[in-house]
Amino acid sequence: MAHTSIPASLASACDDVRPATAADTVAGIQPSLVAAPATTEQASAVMRAAAALGLAVIPRGAGTKLHWGYPPERADLVLDLTRLDQVVEHAAGDLVVTVQAGVRLEHLASVLAEAGQRLALDCAARPLPSGPATAGTIGGVLAAGAAGPLRLRYGTPRDLLIGITIVRADGTIARSGGKVVKNVAGYDLGKLFAGSRGTLGLITQATFRLHPIPAAAAYVIVSCDSAAACARLVSAALAAAVSPVAAELHLASLAGPCELAVALEGDHDGVAQRSGMLADLMAVQETSHVAAVASQPPAWWRSAGGAPQEGTLIQVAFWPGKLGSVLTGIAAAAERAGLDPVLRGSAGSGVLHLSVPRSADPARVAGLVASLRAALHDRGSAVVQHAPPPVRDLVDLFGPVPSLNLMRAVKQQFDPDRVLSPGRFAGGI
Amino acid sequence: MTQDVATLAPRLAAICGKDAVITDPLELATYECDGLTAHRCRPGLAVLPQTAAQVADVVRVCAQENVPFVARGSGTGLSGGALPAADGVLIVTARMRAIVEIDAESRRAIVEPGVTNLAVSKAAQPYGLFYAPDPSSQQVCSVGGNVAENSGGAHCLKHGFTVHHVTGLEIVTPAGELTWLGDGTGLAPGYDLTGAFTGSEGTLGIVTKIIVKLTPIPQAVTTLLAAFETTGQGGAAVSAIIGAGILPAAIEMMDALSIEAAEASVACHYPQGAGAVLIVELDGPEQDVLAESAAVRQIAADAGAFEIREAADPDDRAAIWRGRRAAFAAMGRISPAYIVQDGVVPRTALHDVLDRIGELSAAAGLRVANVFHAGDGNLHPLVLFDDSSEAEAAAAEELSGAILDECIRHGGSITGEHGVGVDKSKYMPRMFGPDDLDTMQLLRCAFDPAGLCNPGKVFPTPRLCGEVPGVRREPHPLVTSGQAELF
Repeated sequence: MAHTSIPASLASACDDVRPATAADTVAGIQPSLVAAPATTEQASAVMRAAAALGLAVIPRGAGTKLHWGYPPERADLVLDLTRLDQVVEHAAGDLVVTVQAGVRLEHLASVLAEAGQRLALDCAARPLPSGPATAGTIGGVLAAGAAGPLRLRYGTPRDLLIGITIVRADGTIARSGGKVVKNVAGYDLGKLFAGSRGTLGLITQATFRLHPIPAAAAYVIVSCDSAAACARLVSAALAAAVSPVAAELHLASLAGPCELAVALEGDHDGVAQRSGMLADLMAVQETSHVAAVASQPPAWWRSAGGAPQEGTLIQVAFWPGKLGSVLTGIAAAAERAGLDPVLRGSAGSGVLHLSVPRSADPARVAGLVASLRAALHDRGSAVVQHAPPPVRDLVDLFGPVPSLNLMRAVKQQFDPDRVLSPGRFAGGI
Repeated sequence: MTQDVATLAPRLAAICGKDAVITDPLELATYECDGLTAHRCRPGLAVLPQTAAQVADVVRVCAQENVPFVARGSGTGLSGGALPAADGVLIVTARMRAIVEIDAESRRAIVEPGVTNLAVSKAAQPYGLFYAPDPSSQQVCSVGGNVAENSGGAHCLKHGFTVHHVTGLEIVTPAGELTWLGDGTGLAPGYDLTGAFTGSEGTLGIVTKIIVKLTPIPQAVTTLLAAFETTGQGGAAVSAIIGAGILPAAIEMMDALSIEAAEASVACHYPQGAGAVLIVELDGPEQDVLAESAAVRQIAADAGAFEIREAADPDDRAAIWRGRRAAFAAMGRISPAYIVQDGVVPRTALHDVLDRIGELSAAAGLRVANVFHAGDGNLHPLVLFDDSSEAEAAAAEELSGAILDECIRHGGSITGEHGVGVDKSKYMPRMFGPDDLDTMQLLRCAFDPAGLCNPGKVFPTPRLCGEVPGVRREPHPLVTSGQAELF
């Protein structure tokens, strides 16, 4: 569908509607229009107008993860949410913040830091084509379900989200949850929308639970000569009474050393004591290695999702206790495929990311994905977050999806005409 | 056209065994209410399956015959969420109580829905782990019921609610299909149906297995009891604790009337003359707990505490908690009847709302005892009344509703942990608009288009799940998958 001019109904719905350019391309598909509403009400009016015009809509925040998933079946209108950039209410005494979807994580962090607080979401930052690196917008992070190392202690966005405002495909504005942490009134649509990749509705506003910024943090860093040794150390660190908030590993090459960093937070004395205890414990566990205690994370920290956009990024999720066998399985799968991916991830939380360069043979990448899935059985998944088109053509990006029929039924209810990011998500939803 | 549900008994007996089907009216009376006894309804019949496959077969029969069905765990719910349907089947999961697996390395357990909450922690204890959500009924309440209600507990301030600890669910859909939501990782591809299902109050299907996260038992736990002259001072201490960046496992407060009732009931020996007591529990690594408890003691003293006790061993801790745990039941000592309310306000509004409750209480001429999870603003005002007077019962109900209005006015919620059930569906439109409620029910329509699964709960008016406006481009997925047919 090509639009040479801006439909009057869209122009009257929103004060910023413009023709799309090549910069607005979504996974290779160039839409014809971009609308940037400044309020939830404008977003609602745009959706109503778009529905009447039969336009397929792609919601967009900072665009850091727009290359994730399948290309859309149709893409007529990009709904740019970055003008919704207000921190609506920071109730510091309640440790709660309400923000519009287009607020950047970095901006929110600086606002919250003034009160000694933080949103415990430390997603990887990514350079934008047109500017500085960003960890993305609140709406984008929610829609992607993205999380960083702190997920070990604080979970993923759904665990911190306590209220949400959405706009449905037909323009209906709805909210669920609220601005109190403890609340079981009604269905929790936030859980459904977190990680829904823009396929159920627009997220225009969200309310989160906050945490105090800890007085001190320390990183216990060790380099192991084998992935198996690294897995043993992760297990020991989690079992020790040191309350880690993150446990990340990094292998630049599957043949090389495995670096492990465990983060501890809290009061100064407590962190000093616990980090010393953990370093000692690691030395006893694996006598050939020396664990260092640092006040800053290693350079590769938070880069789990920051693999090159042009390449393939595979997220492997598993039951955390299986880390050792999963690492063995990954090594075997990579060897069979003749590939040497960079491996990073939240080892203590059961999630790792494999990054394969664009130059890799697509058939080998597809083979790697298939071997990973075979090794994980039904207690884990290997999801291809993004891949170059030749790889995308060869693999099922999401793999087996439990209860896909129920997910399709949910999509059918929320977006019966399939106008929201159609075809981008699991099972072609 | 709904037939007499009793005629289903032979078919259900063929699935679950004869002794698993209850048709005797006297025996059925056992199941006519849950923990909220104000709502009663005898089920058409009750069935106690032992396996997930039996649950699926029973639900399939109900779906075929268009008979409503309601799941029930231990029946401890406080909002009538397990209130049976007179013309329906009550599916009791009490016989499904196997702990299927404990994977200590992964800190996960797989349990059946009838397993009690405390049994999970007991089974995990040898591995140095526990199941964190701890509703006060944890000795008897079931994990299946916890999932339905998204149960919390005193310690959810730090450790989170049921939804933060569930990573996979095996469910029977309202069409009778046995399926898994999530895979135990918390990161299964697709929509987070595990999260959306948790807290849906039994309206989206019946849970038959639950994968829960287990948490390392904290190295150190210490419990402080601080006595104040007024709840205002106690509230100021709570704000100061949170403001200092301390996140206790629990912060509980009781006012003078609830202390009086607890003393009469369990002789908890709280400090004489206390107008409010604050219970603060800290857990974590030893060094951190030591530092935090010193800080909390100082904050409490600064806020005007006239006595502070500290318990670091389990017996002393139990003594401090005894009065708090007994608080609800203890009301029987000072009042013929009482309503347990469950509202939430932003923590910073606690003081204003307590004042307002005092005014409402005085105006209605009814006593209100306040017991609350102060750390997260979850109030449990107990409205005391004499149930031999109809007028007083009505006034108590009205006062209870007025307290909820105050919670909503301050940006809070009508329920923090007891659920909406049948009891509070009428209050939902005060908190949510028609579009909000309509949108929530889209989820209901996706799971239960026929509206047979725990009908009449949560929402004041059911949404019709017929054809939605717009052109349908493909057959309904439930039809395609053979789960449903159009008629």
